[in-house]
Amino acid sequence: MNISTDIWVWIAALLTLFIYSFLYKDNPFYKFAEHLFIGIGVGYTTVLLWFNSVIPKLWNPLVHGTSPMRFFLIIPILIGALMFSIFSKKNNWLIRIPIAIYIGAGSGLAIPLDFEGLIFEQVKGTILTKSMFNSFIVGFSSIVLFIGVIATLVYFYFSKEHKGFVGKTARVGIFYIMIAFGASFGYTVMARVSLLIGRMQFLLHNWLGIIK
Amino acid sequence: MMILLILSLSVKAFDTPNDGGGSITIEVVGLNGDLKNGYVYRNSMEDTTFELRGLISRTSYKYVDDGAENGKEYLYKVELEFDDTTLTLFTGPVSAKAQWYDPTRTSVLIFLIIFSGFVLWFIQLARKNPEGLFIRKIPALDAIDEAVGRSTEMGKPTFFIHGLSGITDAGTLAALTILRRVSSKVAEYETPLIVTNYDPIVMAASSETVKQAYAEVGKIDNFNEKNIVYLTYEQFGYTAGVDGLMIRENPGAVFLQGYFYAESLILAETGHSVGAIQIAGTTAATQLPFFIAACDYVLIGEETLAASSYIGREPVMLGSVKGSDYGKLFIMIFIGIGVIFATIATILNIKGNSILMNAFNTFMGWL
Repeated sequence: MNISTDIWVWIAALLTLFIYSFLYKDNPFYKFAEHLFIGIGVGYTTVLLWFNSVIPKLWNPLVHGTSPMRFFLIIPILIGALMFSIFSKKNNWLIRIPIAIYIGAGSGLAIPLDFEGLIFEQVKGTILTKSMFNSFIVGFSSIVLFIGVIATLVYFYFSKEHKGFVGKTARVGIFYIMIAFGASFGYTVMARVSLLIGRMQFLLHNWLGIIK
Repeated sequence: MMILLILSLSVKAFDTPNDGGGSITIEVVGLNGDLKNGYVYRNSMEDTTFELRGLISRTSYKYVDDGAENGKEYLYKVELEFDDTTLTLFTGPVSAKAQWYDPTRTSVLIFLIIFSGFVLWFIQLARKNPEGLFIRKIPALDAIDEAVGRSTEMGKPTFFIHGLSGITDAGTLAALTILRRVSSKVAEYETPLIVTNYDPIVMAASSETVKQAYAEVGKIDNFNEKNIVYLTYEQFGYTAGVDGLMIRENPGAVFLQGYFYAESLILAETGHSVGAIQIAGTTAATQLPFFIAACDYVLIGEETLAASSYIGREPVMLGSVKGSDYGKLFIMIFIGIGVIFATIATILNIKGNSILMNAFNTFMGWL
């Protein structure tokens, strides 16, 4: 046994145990760790935004830059400042302007990428071609995929009641969805177990030195 | 042999096509695998020395300089090392610029116009007659009233837990519509409602939503702003905070709505451990299995958006759901036609006519 003498390892280990104590029941140790975590989270995010966004992207180009274009930065500053209008009872409607710009820009960037990366690739992968039937396994998988995509799309079709043929197809779709969820569940649980192993290694190796 | 190789070599630098600017491509023409190393140096015309930028790829014989300033002219020097000699070539001046239109993404534009057309058309229809557009009822919606009712009977508060996405996420906007329905019921039954928020802007929107719902049922005096809680912008700090609140307040009903990440199961398990009836809704496909395992009712993916359209009958959301429905129908028909087309093309190709097969392959390449 080779217990760590590093004060930060001790702090991390004790906070880990405080959080795990929640598994027994709510207690003052958990409350302490919870409030500390929330407080540090708020402080850390604020500092991170300040030094990773405000200083390099706004302050430095505006104050230390030489390009005359830098004054255009005042426009996003003013738009961003409208976020604070939420505190005004009279002018809080102004917050809609930065939110609208944010949503518009975000959608404009995300939608074409989703089309290319998800929809087109899914459509191309679903259309059955001769080359897919060169091997029995690939051919069979392609048919399973084709039925799955169509049935799942029918399940998420909201303009028609799930009755008759549509209802039966949607039922096939929900089977596909549940099989996918089952696989995803198992895969993620395995990943979470590896996180737990990591924490146990920290406690037993870095802190207590019981295991090598 | 080497002399012939050297004589056939040339280097060219050009603005990287179809990009947003800031990039210049340097290509060595005439190489055939004998290259040992290729170094690219850049001079910005104002400097006297060349600065090393990177290495030429030994497979594509190209280097993409992503650190160029738009409109500024550069000279490039390329040093090519072979087994027994080194060759230095110069190229330029060349400058980078942004292109307004990327022709390789025309298919995206066409599909975007078709899909946006569906959405805009249905928004117009919804504005004229929102009741005329049919959206099927989502079973989990009935559970909202049931959950709040059960919570009231038990004399326990109702929890509404927002996901980790901001106000720009469609799932968050749908969550706010569901929050409004929950708030109305809670106000009606005079049960306490606690809303936890990860994002400060979502918190402001939540506060307004709940306040409005209380006002609509004439119970504005019961609205308590302190119950709309902001915790932190840190994922597991938020999780720890929500878990602590759940254990202490012991809710009878828990709504988990929005976009969740790894914290989904921790939150749902805590809600389950306090015996609350839980209704989750998220567009995060990776987290849905956990909600399905630990919650009583789940709105799967787009069902969250459809549910909020069903409740709110708000023209933009209703039109969007109807528009995306027709988008899905379009995709199903497109896949079906694609399969039929590919089958006919294959049959004709076997019989010696390859025109349809070539057309099919060209189309798939364009897509």
